[in-house]
Formats: sequence, C-alpha cells, structure tokens
Amino acid sequence: MSARLAVQVTGLRKSFGDKVVLDGIDLAIAVGTVFALLGPNGAGKTTTVQILSTLLRADAGDIKVAGFDVNREPQGVRGAIGVTGQFSAVDYLLSGRENLLLMADLHHLGRRAGRVRVDELLARFDLVDAAGQMVMKYSGGMRRRLDLAMTLIGDPRIIFLDEPTTGLDPRSRHTMWQITRELAATGVTVLLTTQNLDEADELAGRIAVLDEGRIVAEGTPDELKRRVPGGRVRLHFREPAAVTEAARVLGRDADDAEALVLDVPTDGTPQSLRNLLDRLDEKALHVETVTVQTPDLDDVFFALTGTPHHALEASA
Amino acid sequence: MSTSTYALHDSATMLRRDLRHSLRYPMMAIGGLLVPVFLLLLFVGVFGSTLRAGLGAAAPAGGHYIDYLTPGILVITAGASAAATAINVCIDMNEGIVARFRTMAITRTSVLIGQVLGSLTRTLISGVLVIAVAVGLGFRSSASPVEWLAVAGLFTGLTLALTWLAIGFGLTAKTPAGANSLSLIPQFLPFISSAFVPTASMPAGVRWFAENQPFTPIINTLRGLLTGTPIGNAWIVAVAWFVVLMAIGYVWSRARYDRYEKR
Repeated sequence: MSARLAVQVTGLRKSFGDKVVLDGIDLAIAVGTVFALLGPNGAGKTTTVQILSTLLRADAGDIKVAGFDVNREPQGVRGAIGVTGQFSAVDYLLSGRENLLLMADLHHLGRRAGRVRVDELLARFDLVDAAGQMVMKYSGGMRRRLDLAMTLIGDPRIIFLDEPTTGLDPRSRHTMWQITRELAATGVTVLLTTQNLDEADELAGRIAVLDEGRIVAEGTPDELKRRVPGGRVRLHFREPAAVTEAARVLGRDADDAEALVLDVPTDGTPQSLRNLLDRLDEKALHVETVTVQTPDLDDVFFALTGTPHHALEASA
Repeated sequence: MSTSTYALHDSATMLRRDLRHSLRYPMMAIGGLLVPVFLLLLFVGVFGSTLRAGLGAAAPAGGHYIDYLTPGILVITAGASAAATAINVCIDMNEGIVARFRTMAITRTSVLIGQVLGSLTRTLISGVLVIAVAVGLGFRSSASPVEWLAVAGLFTGLTLALTWLAIGFGLTAKTPAGANSLSLIPQFLPFISSAFVPTASMPAGVRWFAENQPFTPIINTLRGLLTGTPIGNAWIVAVAWFVVLMAIGYVWSRARYDRYEKR
C-alpha cells in the first residue's frame, strides 16, 4: 500500500504551547496525483507542510513521505521532496542565476550538468532576461517563479506548494497553475495548500478541507460539490422593501435586505424558475436581474465549516 | 562521493554563497573595521602621549604608545567582526532560503561551517587592514617571520572561538538588534583587560577581573610576539581559552540550529 502512497499520515497532532494547531489529521496521497489542502488562514495548512517537509516535529502521529518516516529518516524524506512556500525561499542577495546555481551545487549536479539545467529552468520560467539581476529587485511573481524553479532543480518526486499563488496577480497565478499542471503530467506528486476554492477545483484531483486543525471533508471536487443539495437563484431588487416583501411571498427569510438580493433554493429546471418569477409577478414585485448559481465549493465550504467564502478572501 | 566528501563540497558551496554576499555588499563585510580604526585614532592621537607617560616600565622596547596598543586593537577587531557575524547569522536564519536548506538532503552543518569560514576570511582581511593602518600611524613590530606566523595562528584561533560564539548568539537572538546587543560583550570586554593600560595600574577588584578574563592572556601573547615583551605562560592560557570558548560556541550553535523552528 505504502508503495503507491507518496504521503501517508495518521493521527498527526501538533500544538504550539496551549494552542492546538493540528488535532489528529489523516492523509493518504497517491503517487502522481495533485492533492489540495483547502482551508482558511490559521487552519493548520502551513504547519502540516512544515511537518511533512521535516522543518517541524509533530507531537504525535505516524508520518511517512516517499516511504520514509519523517522522524527516523528525515534525510530520506529531504532527498525526495521539493518545497515552495508562500514566503519566498530565495537568497535576496544573489542574482536569479546564482540562486539556481547554488541549488545545482547543493544537488551535486556537477559544473556542466548544473549549468545546462539552470539555463533550461531560466528559459522555462521566463527568467532569462532577469537572470543576472539581484532577486531583491524581482517582482512578487518573478520571485515565486524562481522559487519554484529552485525547487525543481533536484527533480523532486514530491512537491509541496504552500499557497503558491497567494498575493500574486492573475497573470502570475495562471502561470503557476500552468506549471503545476505540467508537473502533474510528468508524474510528480503535488500537495498544494490554498485558501482559494477555484484553485483547488482547478488543479486538484482530490481535496481535503481543513478547518481548525481537523479535516472536515475529503473527496474529489465533484464529490464535495454533491454534498450540497441543489443550487440557488439569486434575485436582485431595487429597494430593501421589495426584498422583504418577496421574502414574505416566497416564505424565506430576508436576512440581507440591505444588499438588495434574495437567495432562493432551486433544482435549476426552467419550470421551477418560471414558477418562481410568476409568483413574484402576481404581487407586482419587480425583479431587476436573476442569476442562477449551481453549487460550488463556496457552498461546500459554508456547509462544512460555517465560514462563507467572502470571509476567507477578506482574511487572505 | 562519500558522506565526508559531500560534507566538504556542501560547506564549500555555503562558503561561496557567504563570500559572494560580502563581495556584493563590501560595506557590510568590513563594517567591523570602523570600531578598531576609530579606537586606534582616538587612543593614539588624543590620549596617546598621556597614556604613554603612564605606562612606565610596561612600555615596549620602541617606546611608542601605539606599539603597546596595537595587539589589543587586533583583538578588538576580532570582537567587532564577531558582532557583525552574529547580526548576519540572525538575519540569514530568518530568511526563507535557510528554511529551504533545511528541507534539502545536504550536510546539516554545512550552513554553519560556511558562515564560520566566511566570517574567518573577513576577519583575517580586517586584521591585515588594521595592522596596515597601525603601521601608517607609526606602529613598528620587532617580530620575526616565525613570530608573525604565530600571530596569524593566534588571531585565527581567537576568531574561530569568537565566531562560533557569535553564531550561537545569532541563532539565539530573536531580532538582529538583539544579536547586536548580545555581541557587545566581546567588543567591550577588552576595555577591562591589558589592551589599553597594564592591569597592574588598576584597582584591586578590577585588576583581578582583568587579569583572569580571556582577553588579557591573548593580548599579552600577541604583544609579546609583536613587540618583544615577556610572554611567560600566557600563550598556554590563551590557547586553553580558545579551545574552551570554541567548544562552547560549537555545541551551542549546533543545538540551536538543530532545534531552530521558524518563528
């Protein structure tokens, strides 16, 4: 079993002083898959990655990475993994090329092979023009790309991406997504942490939802979405009074009348939509616009953790 | 390659990284020079003649105060350089790149050894520059080539001992400012030693401290080698101090590094 699992964790616990950060986590990540650990700030995502990458010691739990026990065989783990964190692990006082050559030296690639590999990665990550520049002058997106390039020098079999796109502009985010997909296509196992639901949906084959140190749900994106019944229709009105009145007619709570919207559950069929609008027409309630929302990970998240998506984004 | 060849290779890689930083930011590298050069100018130019008059029988052969002072300034150079190392290490250890090193299958001590060797290189260069300034101000040594070699060896031993301690400081301090304040100890301890005036001229309590603290036998040995004053068994005490301080610094640094968790 363990031969097919890149990461195998049972009963992982970690506290900092009185604060319990990880409260008994189990993970099983198959070789060659992309696995997302999804959760809000403070859920324990980074702590999990730090424990898996031998930076922190767990208080309890059986933890194997690439078949090596993180406590007993840390060098074995280190030889198999690559880590890119949300805080760039680059040397700011060196140039991009020097950073990569440093990694090549530490992987004992040899002078010539090292240079070839470095040039190849500079080209792949679109850093050729900036190769001689001090990293201190790089933009956030360039640093993150360099960071990932440095991680790839040793051809790791397992890569931990800890919030790889946090704080990046949309274009850099898409570049990171593209690179992650390419890595997955070559058979590398990726453990991605994110608080971005789209990102997990976009990249991962399986998602575990982490909240306050516990895994509250796990499955494929579709499985998780299926856990929330039906979709909903969002009705937009011009004034709060109309929202209140519509809510009364439809037997709903108008808990957000000031936002001028009312959410109503629906099975998404044209018939149910027509009935809904007819009932409002009878009362001469004018609906400005209608949006139909199929269940997404926001709903999953809300259903599982009681934390709406916009609260996550705001805390990011 | 065997484990020990890897260890050498990784340490050399880390040393190259350290020296590259120095070449790129030379002011950071030789910033430790300012204190000793300032002290040289102050004590020779301002207090020199009065202090010379007070030396009496302790005055070296040449008779100039700078001949008495230079060995102590050399020791202060090593102390100031160690202070810079503590700050460097503290900053470096909080950088993401060191976290990356810790997740890689490289020789664990190579990061520390690279820093020690880089610091040693910078301190030796600073030492040579300080002696050059002293010579410019009138310092003349009676040392033979062999004695100069012994001076270099002693200075290297002193630097290694102070550097390992500085790395322990740097790993323990939570902020660079903290590292700086802790490292004031090796910078200011030489003031209560035989660096500026003979310990015999001090009040009893201070004198006892000055005679028994590590810098005095080191300074007395260097002074003997450079200007021909008697050394006696000071060199044995000096070397014993190096060994003890270096062992403490090394064990402390290793323990801090192995236990270091990202804050």
